[in-house]
Amino acid sequence: MAKKLLEMHSITKEFPGVKALNNVNITVEEGEIHAIVGENGAGKSTLMNVLSGVYPYGSYTGDIYFDGQLCRFHNIKDSERLGIVIIHQELALVPYLSIGENMFLGNERQRRRGIVDWNETFQEAEEHLRVVGLEENPRTLVKDISVGKQQLVEIAKALAKDVRLLILDEPTSSLNEADSRKVLDLLLSLKRERGITSILISHKLNEVAYCADRITILRDGSTVETLDKYSDDVTEERIIRGMVGREMTERYPHRPKTIRSDVALEVKDWTVHHEIYTERKVVNGVSFKLHKGEVAGIYGLMGSGRSELALSIFGRAYGSRISGTLLKDGQPLELYSVPDAIAAGLIYVTEDRKESGLILGSSIMHNITLPRMEFVSNRGRIDRDLERKTANNYRETLGIKAPSVEQFVGNLSGGNQQKVLLAKWIYSKPDILLLDEPTRGVDVGAKFEIYQIINDLAKQGKAILFISSELPEILGMCDRIYVMNNGRIIAEFPQSEATQEGIMNCIMQHSKGEIGA
Amino acid sequence: MSSLWTTLRNNLRQYMILLALLVIILAFQLMTNGTLLKPMNVSNLIFQNAYVVILAVGMLMCILTGGNIDLSVGSVVALVGACAGTFIITWGWNSHLSILLCLLIGLAIGVWQGFWIAYARIPAFIVTLAGMLVFRGLTLIVLGGLTLAPFPADFLAYSTGYIPDVFANLGLFGLRNSTSLLIGILVAIVYCVSQIRSWFWRKKKEYDVENPAILTLKMAIVSAAVIWLFYTLGAYRGVPKVLITVGIILIAYNYLTQQTVIGRHLYALGGNEKAARLSGVKTRKLLFLAYVNMAFLASIAGIVFAAQSIQVPPHDCMGGEVAVGDEHDAHCNQHLRYAAVGTEGVEEPDHGCRHDHDL
Ligand SMILES: Nc1ncnc2c1ncn2[C@@H]1O[C@H](COP(=O)(O)OP(=O)(O)OP(=O)(O)O)[C@@H](O)[C@H]1O
Ligand SMILES: [Mg+2]
Repeated sequence: MAKKLLEMHSITKEFPGVKALNNVNITVEEGEIHAIVGENGAGKSTLMNVLSGVYPYGSYTGDIYFDGQLCRFHNIKDSERLGIVIIHQELALVPYLSIGENMFLGNERQRRRGIVDWNETFQEAEEHLRVVGLEENPRTLVKDISVGKQQLVEIAKALAKDVRLLILDEPTSSLNEADSRKVLDLLLSLKRERGITSILISHKLNEVAYCADRITILRDGSTVETLDKYSDDVTEERIIRGMVGREMTERYPHRPKTIRSDVALEVKDWTVHHEIYTERKVVNGVSFKLHKGEVAGIYGLMGSGRSELALSIFGRAYGSRISGTLLKDGQPLELYSVPDAIAAGLIYVTEDRKESGLILGSSIMHNITLPRMEFVSNRGRIDRDLERKTANNYRETLGIKAPSVEQFVGNLSGGNQQKVLLAKWIYSKPDILLLDEPTRGVDVGAKFEIYQIINDLAKQGKAILFISSELPEILGMCDRIYVMNNGRIIAEFPQSEATQEGIMNCIMQHSKGEIGA
Repeated sequence: MSSLWTTLRNNLRQYMILLALLVIILAFQLMTNGTLLKPMNVSNLIFQNAYVVILAVGMLMCILTGGNIDLSVGSVVALVGACAGTFIITWGWNSHLSILLCLLIGLAIGVWQGFWIAYARIPAFIVTLAGMLVFRGLTLIVLGGLTLAPFPADFLAYSTGYIPDVFANLGLFGLRNSTSLLIGILVAIVYCVSQIRSWFWRKKKEYDVENPAILTLKMAIVSAAVIWLFYTLGAYRGVPKVLITVGIILIAYNYLTQQTVIGRHLYALGGNEKAARLSGVKTRKLLFLAYVNMAFLASIAGIVFAAQSIQVPPHDCMGGEVAVGDEHDAHCNQHLRYAAVGTEGVEEPDHGCRHDHDL
């Protein structure tokens, strides 16, 4: 049996009002990829923060053994010294610094004490970039490279610290499939060639099954079990059963026929230009319809213009030189600003809850009521008690796990933040919802709940546009599917005719055609 | 109902600031051998810092919009002071109308700067830095490098002097000014009643209410502090009129930021501008208003400051010339004010403290 690299014994960690970890045990062997899975709020990130010293010794109870040594980390530097490097759920790169500068941030290569050796910095950066398979000049600014590449930079940054145990907290949640695969393959090759042990946290169970040697399952702050790829059967169904504590036979709730004949929103010939490069078309002559009670999907890869389409409809929140017409319930609709759109009952739920969806430093309550303060205020004066009551209502109906609605949104786990985001927009009483990746970074159980919420909304007669880059989800949830590529809608499938292959083929052919033409 | 201990722990950060303030007061009280909290000094502290508090209120709003500050306030204070001086002293205009005009000038300045910041999207730092230089220059032009003779009494009435002692012969606890103490008690009572009323109202509506012990403690501490303050003021010459201006501004803006939709939107804008914009908050308009408001408050501060610069009542105006504005930097003017305060100290030796006491 391989050597134990890390042992964590009966770790318990409490926050005011929440016991995030309760007697958690976990053992990681040298040279393995160890996955940690669990529902949102199960305590995965917290456990890793304990391990890496973000929560210092003394703020939790229990013991950590690394390499057989009892460890008491007081800060991140302590754990990094032993080669434990964590890549957090949110990317932590500085956009306006170069790749090289980012890689050695806090770990600068120095000529003399306090004087940075730039030659060494960029030379070494280049070596690490080669290892992670990223062909970029280390002097490029981080803001100019894609998210997928940024994630690789994060890993290269870890390599620059002589990493022995690499911790990745949901590294692929904002990556498309190809980029995700790249990251996972990199982990596998680092393991094979350099013997680097990794801990991988992910909600994408197919990825976990693909690359993990062992899987530890957390539920409600406790370890449930550890599965071994070589001795247990590790199918996605098996993992889900451990996570949610029961058999989940269906990944998607039954979608009743709620679609009505009247059209709620019709978009005709919608064209949007890029905000800065105004001659570039981001959305090109798009037309589509949404019926009441319908969930229509838009599938497209990153950069296909789906978010730009939705944002530009949402009171021209994105784009320049927008043209085309909107009809709501058959009447022309002119929206010039976000408040216009909200008042007209048309809302957009952003794909990036942290960056543009939520105010992390505010409470759940304040976040929920923000889009329509008029519901909880009287001539500009907020009725704070009514506000609290309303927010509590949504907390209960959507099952947001938090001790109270006064809790800061930034302290919630990812899935619960997503639910707050949904709550906020459902609260605004919309008729038409444009949902952009509403299940990103959300666990299977919560995903199911979100799907149910969407179905409920459809049952109430709301029209829903469901944008996603996960095909199975689109296939499982939508009555009709539009396929988008390069700013155009290139195909439309009714649910009965849509297949994974059909849609992918369609995109491939369109892309080829564009290049050929 | 939450227990006493959890409430305390959850609000620790808030209490820490109060605690720090208390420690600082105690430290200076000891270092100055008790001068700090002497009635006359407390009174002077209020006079001298009124305009700073008014500016701070406006600055808070600017900071709320996302960490921006307004660098031009010092110059606006000076310019408004200079305008007030010119209108009233040089041109002999009616004091009240002149004050109104000065406030309008402040608003105009705010509209100007707010436009560039909110709608032309030029960083606040740059716009207000430019404003600082421009308004300083304008101040010099307006005053022509001259110093102006003191303001007439009706101008000073707004922000200098004390609330008259209505119960002059009462002599409560041997106080020079019993009205002050009575006002203090009144304020404390109003505060307690409103707290208790809202507590019962929330209880009736079955909302979360705080522990009665905490409420009592809070009311006791606040009331004690208020009564002590007014008692101390009563031991000197009474309640400075400027305290009313400052009090009204504090209450109004506290209400604005805590209870109104605009206040909530301001916090949202500061918390995450993009999310706020996508939630239907009119971010540009808010940014604009924050700077208009700042300049408006700066003009109030300017009027208070101009009047404060002449603490000496006209009849014993020794060395009477007081620079209004052209030595706008608080420094110079503070010297002047200290000098003025000093003359009072000399006039009333029984209070025995000179102007070398504070700050
Ligand atoms: N700083 C904090 N203050 C208060 N509660 C917190 C804090 N950080 C985490 N929590 C709570 O601890 C619990 C565990 O959170 P954690 O972030 O570890 O979940 P997670 O398993 O990583 O979930 P996700 O998959 O959504 O990222 C949650 O209930 C969360 O609300
Ligand atoms: Mg997490």
